[in-house]
Amino acid sequence: MNARSRELVNLVLVGILGTAAFGSAWIARTNRVSADGLVDVAVIAALFVGAHVVGRFTVARADPTLLPLAALLTGIGLTVNYRLDPADARKQAVWVALGILAFAGTLVALRFDYRILEQYRYIFGISAIGLLLLPSLPGLGQRVNGVRLWIHVGSLQFQPGEIAKLFLVLFLAGYLREKREVLAQGRLKDLGPLLAIWGAAMLVLLQTSDLGSALLYFGVFLGMVYVATGRLTYVLGGGVLFLGGSAALYTALARVQERVTDWLHPFTSTKVFCPANGTFDYRQNCQSYQLVKSLYSIAHGGYGGTGIGRGTFRTLDGTQLIPEIQTDFIYSAWSQEVGLIGAAALVLVFMVLVTRGMRVALVAQDGFSKLLATGLAFGLALQTFIIIGGVLRVVPLTGITLPFVSYGGSSILANFVGLALLMLVSHRARITSEAR
Amino acid sequence: MNRQILRLSGIAMILLATLIVASTYWQTWARADLAAKQDNAIQRVAQFSIRRGAITAGGRLLAGNKRKFVDGRALYFRRYPLGRLTAHVVGYSTASRARTGLEKSLNDYLTASNESLSTLVDRSLDQLRGRPIRGNDVRLTLNLHAQQVALGALGTKCGAVVALDPRNGAVRVLASAPSFDPNLAENRFSAFSRIKADCTPAAPLIDRATAGLYPPGSSFKVVTAAAALESKKFTPDSVFHDPGYCVEYGKQVHNFADQSGPEVFGTIRLHDALVHSVNSVFCNIGKTLGAFAILREAERFGFYSPPPLETPVDERRASGLYQSGKLFFPRRESQVDPGRLAFGQERLLVTPLQMAMVAGTIGVGGVEMQPYVVSRIVSPGGKTILKGTPSRIGKPVSRDTATALQDMMIDVVRRGTGTAVAISGLRIGGKTGTAETGVTGRNTTWFICFAGPDDGSPPHLAVAVVLEGQTLTGGATAAPIARQVIESLLSQPGNP
Repeated sequence: MNARSRELVNLVLVGILGTAAFGSAWIARTNRVSADGLVDVAVIAALFVGAHVVGRFTVARADPTLLPLAALLTGIGLTVNYRLDPADARKQAVWVALGILAFAGTLVALRFDYRILEQYRYIFGISAIGLLLLPSLPGLGQRVNGVRLWIHVGSLQFQPGEIAKLFLVLFLAGYLREKREVLAQGRLKDLGPLLAIWGAAMLVLLQTSDLGSALLYFGVFLGMVYVATGRLTYVLGGGVLFLGGSAALYTALARVQERVTDWLHPFTSTKVFCPANGTFDYRQNCQSYQLVKSLYSIAHGGYGGTGIGRGTFRTLDGTQLIPEIQTDFIYSAWSQEVGLIGAAALVLVFMVLVTRGMRVALVAQDGFSKLLATGLAFGLALQTFIIIGGVLRVVPLTGITLPFVSYGGSSILANFVGLALLMLVSHRARITSEAR
Repeated sequence: MNRQILRLSGIAMILLATLIVASTYWQTWARADLAAKQDNAIQRVAQFSIRRGAITAGGRLLAGNKRKFVDGRALYFRRYPLGRLTAHVVGYSTASRARTGLEKSLNDYLTASNESLSTLVDRSLDQLRGRPIRGNDVRLTLNLHAQQVALGALGTKCGAVVALDPRNGAVRVLASAPSFDPNLAENRFSAFSRIKADCTPAAPLIDRATAGLYPPGSSFKVVTAAAALESKKFTPDSVFHDPGYCVEYGKQVHNFADQSGPEVFGTIRLHDALVHSVNSVFCNIGKTLGAFAILREAERFGFYSPPPLETPVDERRASGLYQSGKLFFPRRESQVDPGRLAFGQERLLVTPLQMAMVAGTIGVGGVEMQPYVVSRIVSPGGKTILKGTPSRIGKPVSRDTATALQDMMIDVVRRGTGTAVAISGLRIGGKTGTAETGVTGRNTTWFICFAGPDDGSPPHLAVAVVLEGQTLTGGATAAPIARQVIESLLSQPGNP
């Protein structure tokens, strides 16, 4: 059986799982059992089959697990979003459709050789910085929860950071492919551009006061530098610089400071100042409210969870227990309803997806492809770690999305384009290795 | 580069594996801690996804559920079709405040979180089928007709009526007035503070039947007489001289002015002293026996510990001496005035439930049965999980003492202070009580009795009635209410 047929079999398996999950949520919400709910499932399934068909013509030899794993994550995301708010799920489904369109578009556009992207590396680099700074522009940017991550054009909301992540990986793959020999020698004068990137990360952090994104970009950067040069000193030095920079900014940025305090001490037994309403209250009722409520939600799931559709996310009068549960806290919603078993399964899906991505990097033939795949796969791992780790109080909580799962258009779009790139690299690696 | 890529994947795997470890921590180790946190609203809401068991008595629904859909989930809210009739004993279960009554003490059964095997099986099956968890149903021993009669007879007065079957302890009536509508507990709790009654504050939320503490007055003479006979220092025929008062610490303590007989009885037997409720006689008995002997007898009847019942322990109060709001057992004889204690004054405070137990114990010949109000707890599958079974508390008095006391109490009804309760064809023995609070028109009046068919069988009923703020005596105010309750229970079959 060839790669694409195996992909189709995998997709069918994912379809069965997704139908079961979505079916549970649908039955729980509508309180009836009928085939009506399957219409929604069929539409999403058709989209993925469409993506598969495009793959047949463009990336015939690509890894057969990448698309099904992304479909599984998307299915989980849609199910949880539907469970939380059907209207949101509908919007999310539109974004998934657009994401798959972007996926197909990328495959078709780059079907001959994606490596032409390498030529545009500096454009990607500058665009990435530009995109990251967009939300800081007056009139365009919008401060949500004290963090500048969004831009507003008319009624359209857009989080450019997600696209910037993709551009950053493309830039670094091209740049490091070109400079890796030079950098590997470790001469001080070659470190200039690296320091510039560090400076840019700090600038972004200062501008957006978003520790999570800064950590993600810089982590991806360090990971790619390590793979390109093989020098741990860069990683260590970079890490020290980042920590030092963050520590310096820590005192300057009240927002970051607050996040760290909430992380270390989410519960207080005495009332502390609550900036939200200017009164004194327990921290779990104010700054760490979201985090604490999310932990309650996760813990309530226990081993097996409450069952899909039977979790508790609203109070008796219908108010949301955890604000923004469908984006940053989607993991706590999932954890409550499917328990430790389901939560661990979700993380395992990410682990498999990352491993497959890394495998693509291993078998790729040229430096650009290797670095590109590494950057995409490691970025996926790091982003997953930062957001779920934040929700689980492993690291300070920062608002970034869970790839493919969280509600949010720009995130879905960027992740599907990233997936397309991975598949392009995978396809090329296979055909060149067979040609030899 | 491949070595670095492998290492980097290793790091990525470690990072992601950390998440599984952290999830495991929160969902297993820390789970109980977080569930117990006070601001954990999930726990509160989750309770409402359980279809709470029904509480019924005699086939009538006292507490049922109203289903509402919130966020696509069925939630069950409590409703109480009979409202104020059984508000105190059933209590309420709301989202906004703590539970009370049986809703609180039987919460585990009502929400199927008790650990009996059949509940465990039912609950797991419900969960597997994706159905709401169904709680166990609770059936009560109450007789709702009699409960209605008692509450109606209390009217706007403040007080309580307890009726139980002294042969097994099954409680038939637990009425406390003023009552409240438990359906309003969720959203209109403040309405309860506006409930008016003949007393201030009306305190409608207090279950006066089990937690109302009242000076027992002369009704306590039954306990004193029991102590006297048990001590063997006295017999029913022991003769006293009643000058109309008793001298204590050089002061005269007078008989109650408005008794059914002459104020000064002269030479009188113990038997008749109880029948006519002569204070001076009991005062002298008290001085002879001492406070300890009386209190120990009281303790044997169950004083000094909250009377056993299925309601929450904080809704039951122990009878006994109270000093600055606290239960108090004297360490030295001199701390208590035995004369005043003997006729139920001093700092003695008792609950109606305790006094019904005293009357019933004497009625059945000295064996005290544990009161119970839950006759059965039935699983959703129809299996009986728990059955209210009669159990003995103890034997506070010997059969001889009990028989002698029965005779005295029967004479109270026949020709003494309690004639208002006499019903032809029934064998009724009782004792009145009128505790003066020092303010005219503010007496606490009592009637306690046992009653049954006049065929030599043990009485079917023990009743205690207490009323606050009365101008007249217990015989005139409380006894007629006791009579109505006895009639409602013994002249109609009702629920067994």
